[in-house]
Amino acid sequence: MRLPSWLAQHLAALRALLVLTVLTGLLYPLLLVAAGRLPGLSDKSDGSLLSVGGRTVGSSLIGQSFADADGNADPRYFQSRPSAAGDGYDPTATSASNLGPESVVDTLSEDPDDAAPSLLTQVCARSVAVGKLEGVDGSRPYCTTDGVGAVLAVFHRDGFTGPITRVVSVNQTGTPFVATYEGVTVEPATIGEDYQALGGVITPIRGSVTRSVVPADAVTASASGLDPHISPAYAQLQVPRIARERGLTQDAVRTMVRKHTDGRALGFLGEPAVNVLELNLALDEGR
Amino acid sequence: MAGWIFVVTLVLAVVAAYRPFGDYMHRVVTGTRHSVAERGLYRLVGVDPAAGQSWGVYARSVLAFSAVSILFLYLFLRVQDKLWLSLGLPAVPDHIAWNTAVSFVTNTNWQAYAGESTLGHLVQMAGLAVQNFVSAAVGIAVAVAFIRGFVARKRPELGNFWVDLTRITLRILLPVSIVAALVFLAAGAVQNLSGGTDVTTLTGATQHITGGPVASQEAIKELGTNGGGFSNVNAAHPFENPTTWTNWFQLFLILLIPFSLPRVFGRLAGQNRQGYAIAAVMAVLALASVALTVAFEVHGAGTVPQAVGSAMEGKETRFGVPGSAVYAAITTLTSTGSVNSFHDSYTSFGGMMPMINMMLGEVAPGGTGSGLYGLLILAIITVFVAGLMVGRTPEYLGKKIGAREMKLASSYFLITPALVLAGTAAAFATGNNSTALNSGPHGLSEVLYAFTSAANNNGSAFGGITVNTPWWDTALGLAMLLGRFLPIVLVLALAGALARQKVTPESEGTLPTHQPLFVGMVVGVTVVLVALTFLPALALGPIAEGLS
Repeated sequence: MRLPSWLAQHLAALRALLVLTVLTGLLYPLLLVAAGRLPGLSDKSDGSLLSVGGRTVGSSLIGQSFADADGNADPRYFQSRPSAAGDGYDPTATSASNLGPESVVDTLSEDPDDAAPSLLTQVCARSVAVGKLEGVDGSRPYCTTDGVGAVLAVFHRDGFTGPITRVVSVNQTGTPFVATYEGVTVEPATIGEDYQALGGVITPIRGSVTRSVVPADAVTASASGLDPHISPAYAQLQVPRIARERGLTQDAVRTMVRKHTDGRALGFLGEPAVNVLELNLALDEGR
Repeated sequence: MAGWIFVVTLVLAVVAAYRPFGDYMHRVVTGTRHSVAERGLYRLVGVDPAAGQSWGVYARSVLAFSAVSILFLYLFLRVQDKLWLSLGLPAVPDHIAWNTAVSFVTNTNWQAYAGESTLGHLVQMAGLAVQNFVSAAVGIAVAVAFIRGFVARKRPELGNFWVDLTRITLRILLPVSIVAALVFLAAGAVQNLSGGTDVTTLTGATQHITGGPVASQEAIKELGTNGGGFSNVNAAHPFENPTTWTNWFQLFLILLIPFSLPRVFGRLAGQNRQGYAIAAVMAVLALASVALTVAFEVHGAGTVPQAVGSAMEGKETRFGVPGSAVYAAITTLTSTGSVNSFHDSYTSFGGMMPMINMMLGEVAPGGTGSGLYGLLILAIITVFVAGLMVGRTPEYLGKKIGAREMKLASSYFLITPALVLAGTAAAFATGNNSTALNSGPHGLSEVLYAFTSAANNNGSAFGGITVNTPWWDTALGLAMLLGRFLPIVLVLALAGALARQKVTPESEGTLPTHQPLFVGMVVGVTVVLVALTFLPALALGPIAEGLS
């Protein structure tokens, strides 16, 4: 019996798919799994795990949080970057924040579960926290001193034009970061109001700070949420605290930071970066 | 500075590979001998490798293979919990399974799911990664069949799809993937079948280090311009892209096939200079786009990047801002869509560039195969426009571009804009845009990006938007399906129309299609067509955001 050609075609398609599945979907990956068992590759194919005294403490490629159960930074350790993966550095829930460059207005709420801070406020809050931990000034452009985004909703008489009629500091329910804006008294925000929908023009205020001493990577979440590295600048910022907490000289700590800094690959690819877990392990082991 | 050296070395590597790798691919698709393994495979499949196929049979073979693939993958995802290596994960819900099956078969690799919490290892390697191979091979096969239509002299046959599929998979994709996977393995990408390892961190917390056959999947994901990551964060994950040099190597793999295919075009056409001209168009568009993307990101305009002092949100320390921006540009200039940083958090104009790259139709250099046939369509439109200017019947490679050819070419061009703009409008009309994470113009950008990415079979995203709802999964699934197979059918129909023609000898009035003038014209036509189509939509999204 001769099959109709459309059916023959689909049967050929199914058979082709099955054969190619065996080749590229089973033999190929299993060949590579076998190759991963070779000496020299097996550590890596298992995840570059690091052990201390027989206890596995992490992977040299996967960052981790150096905070206690309540989320407070452990001062004896170099701190990693902020992470948006689960509750932080969770490899089963990898993620970035995905908040945009103009995410500047917080959703305020009495209930912390309903509140959604803007990316700007997250950056400002982290900067203040890092500043406090390291004993430096954590202020940044576009941030208030209490660590939220310095953003005003400016109402004009005729929408976008005309004299200013009202100004609200949208991210603050307490005392606004400026008393007046172009002569108009600034009010604090009321929870639940959408000032943009009411016609306010969202106006971030840069302020007088031009540059922060807290580096960029210390206040931003990474792409993977598992970034194993921090910038050399962020490591340097943490050196005095580590030296103090561990009774070491700052020079000794700096030497260790240098030892665990990966330069640009081949001298020109990527950015220099400090592997935080390896550095902290070395500190624990007194190397 | 380091960023520019990164780009220059990448360009040099791609240029160095153009001739040898293009010549190799040319031999693969023109060779007359079948290896023992291939002969065995043809017997198992039950096809005659010597039989030539007309465009209709070729197209029906492509569609049959893709339809069976979608069905197979859908069922695979629906029953993964009953199979091995499922890691205890449940069956994939129906709408996500449909979306994912279409996504991988169409070479889009849009991810409505998070790999590490949705998929077991078996479905990743024997379901998704298989489509990484064959969907790339389908694209190359269609491109080669299209070229055969140009060079055929009154013969309707465009080759044999099953032979093309088999040879491209076994002789091009598989060997390069094996080498590349070993490289990733040596760099630290994991390759195991383990469910993962629980570790106790230095401060006493528990962390679950994930496992999986990642290195093998990473290789074909980039080589086949697929882009579906093993995990949610794709090539930002240190297990997928562990080092700064693997970042470079991934981009090389992405560009290798799309940039070498013009060589195959030149060889088949018997005029290598025609291949150089097409590659030059791709290169001009690609370099301009990469330069702009890097410039926008390094400049770091916008409130949050200014507050931070650099556009580091959603970027990895080891790649830095330039290494992330180059990746974002190249992943969208091709149909890859793997990401090493999160485009949603880019500066307004930096984030617009990936969208523009996709809106160009992913032709610079585009996906494996799809980039070449997309650009050849634009070249045909350019020849036609030029012909109108001087009042002559346009020709390309000795084939007349008449009414039928132009109807097919212009329908091809209209498909993706129609899908993108209608889809975006439908999302707003039905209120489904409310799943966007960001508000205002950025929320519109998230919706626009989603449909642009799906209809162009890219797969990257402004990841803030929630798309695993039934409406989004269905709508984007349809956009991917139509955005892939309508163009393929039109391209093959066009190939059929061209194949039936006799060759018109070159005359004094023939527009030379290998000279800088023509390269410039194709670039101009491409940019003008895209600008006219998408500028209004972009003005409401990233441009409004960037100028506010």
